[in-house]
Amino acid sequence: MSEAPAPIPVTVLTGYLGSGKTTLLNRILSENHGKRYAVIVNEFGEIGIDNDLIVESDEEIYEMNNGCVCCTVRGDLVRVVEGLMRRPGRFDAIIVETTGLADPAPVAQTFFMDEDVRAKTRLDAVVALVDAKHLPLRLKDSREAEDQIAFADVVLLNKTDLVTPDELDRIERTVRAINPSARIHRTSRAVLPLDAVLDRGAFDLSRALENDPHFLDHDHPDHACGPDCDHDHDHHGHEHHGHDHHGHDHGHDHHHHDHAEPAAIHDVTVQSVSLRGGEMDPKRFFPWIEKITQMEGPNILRLKGIIAFADDADRYVIQGVHMIVEGDHQRAWKEGEKHESRLVFIGRELDREKLERTFKACEA
Amino acid sequence: MPTVAPLDLDGHCMAAAFLGDVPVFALASGMVHRLDHGTHAHELHDGLLTAARSQDGLSLLSGGEDGKVMRIDRDGTITEIRGPARKWVSVVASGPQGAVAWAEGRQATVRLADGTTRELTEDRTVEAIGFAPKGMRVALARYNGVSLHWVAGSARPVDLEWKGAHSAVTFSPDGRFVVTAMQENALHGWKIDGKPGDEPKHMRMTGYPAKIKSLSWSVKGRWLASSGAISAIVWPFSGKDGPMGKPPLELGLRSDTMVTCVACHPAEELVAIGFADGMVLAVRLADSREALLRRPGKGPISSLSWRADGRLLAFGSETGDCGVIDIAG
Repeated sequence: MSEAPAPIPVTVLTGYLGSGKTTLLNRILSENHGKRYAVIVNEFGEIGIDNDLIVESDEEIYEMNNGCVCCTVRGDLVRVVEGLMRRPGRFDAIIVETTGLADPAPVAQTFFMDEDVRAKTRLDAVVALVDAKHLPLRLKDSREAEDQIAFADVVLLNKTDLVTPDELDRIERTVRAINPSARIHRTSRAVLPLDAVLDRGAFDLSRALENDPHFLDHDHPDHACGPDCDHDHDHHGHEHHGHDHHGHDHGHDHHHHDHAEPAAIHDVTVQSVSLRGGEMDPKRFFPWIEKITQMEGPNILRLKGIIAFADDADRYVIQGVHMIVEGDHQRAWKEGEKHESRLVFIGRELDREKLERTFKACEA
Repeated sequence: MPTVAPLDLDGHCMAAAFLGDVPVFALASGMVHRLDHGTHAHELHDGLLTAARSQDGLSLLSGGEDGKVMRIDRDGTITEIRGPARKWVSVVASGPQGAVAWAEGRQATVRLADGTTRELTEDRTVEAIGFAPKGMRVALARYNGVSLHWVAGSARPVDLEWKGAHSAVTFSPDGRFVVTAMQENALHGWKIDGKPGDEPKHMRMTGYPAKIKSLSWSVKGRWLASSGAISAIVWPFSGKDGPMGKPPLELGLRSDTMVTCVACHPAEELVAIGFADGMVLAVRLADSREALLRRPGKGPISSLSWRADGRLLAFGSETGDCGVIDIAG
């Protein structure tokens, strides 16, 4: 067999109509970064660039015939990606732009569940654009807007010039309440360094942690930055209110002056449950995570975690989308590093008490 | 001893076929290479997505990223059947009496030899088209089943339902069965020779470790060979109920690689089997006897096609190492 070429990274752009997806896409395609992109769109619309490979594709959801309602893939993506990958060398990466009302889960799951797509590509990150001005309205009238935020690895809080600083803080708190582990960027006209959205490796278990070693630390989520921000992005000294935030250290809270529990935010139905434990017994943990994802799969949008197993020198990292769970050893625990297991679920109707109790029961 | 005449091309071979005596190799780039007293290269598309030989065996039909439907004859004559369009033409099929069909998105078009066309629209993407052996009838594979349409007249299509995505479709040569390949590593079949109004009988053919990308009926349609496993899976279709309750043959078993392509011999019950490592075997159905036709190459075999007399076999691969095998040497 010939040497397998490196998998092509895929970035998924989600966001409601008018949130700025096309603006961002045009910026990605026109900026002089030396990379070539194949773009899969639902409609050609207003993409003003003609020297790139743009493929129109009708979003088509396929349920897998395995009795699971959340095991869905995008059938059109399977076909288009397969077609594109027969002529590699034309592009360095793929961008999938979804419609405003799209559920991001089938898009992401396509890159895990379809063997051909999985063999040739890797999902890099799900990027959600949020219209800062209209988010409250969107959350009121649709579940999709919330799903898109809950699912994202990177959230662009866009159109910041149309709201007051107070409004913006409130909106960001809402986004944070829906998704405590996403990286949030405040933008206007989707202007930001493109490396903030491209080549993130968010689904690469080990890279996600290398880039963002504290991504599970709800007590210290990444702070949100505007385009002119000169903060160190891997700096986690700021204290934010996570959704299920424990340590109320208010000393470094830059943006948040209101300590109302985000769960009280109107029209937010997504919650997150963050679990902490000691060293786990793999004989208990694996059946447990399998059972939880089998039973609660439809309610779990994303899960991510680092697990410490007893008598194991390596950290185990795990992530999931609905019922799909992937895990792998990442690296050895460093000297002095606390052997601690942490797991965060983002979803709906999650039974926090039961998750905490059963997670604890997996301890060695 | 079989001998191999290699032809190294640049790109993924979508179809290797004989047009009469002339081997042609259609690449994903849109280039078609024709071996006729030297190599001739023809550019048919900017991006070729699908190709199929016409039923008379004298031309190759193709569809592309450029929205074109093209035909190339054995002498190199190129005909644009349908001009460029925005959507990808991802399916072409050839029917009896010079009929041609293609699909783009949810719409399939059948074009008869006299140039008349009929458009057939489905609710979901048409993923594959199969012509019935007799009568101008097509099967359109789509999500949750297959629709059988008569090309002429206004009869309502017959829907063969089965939950899931169907990505390939074929009629048995006697017209009694319709078989699809599914997203879930399985074949599904319907027995359609019952009395009008009868529910078609279902046949589930499962247990494959990979998606089934290649299907081929043996001479007279007594067997259906398929890829998608470490051996070629060959289902018996000679009985009244097809393969129901019968195990398939497993031919050319290899432990370390997968079958990616199958092509049954035009005259004998023999199947050519292409593997993911580029090896090609010929295996006789009656006694499972194997003959090595080609040693492993650079990449997975993506297309196999016999010359009408069954003496030569054209092969293509995903990595462009193609060629022609003379089985008699």
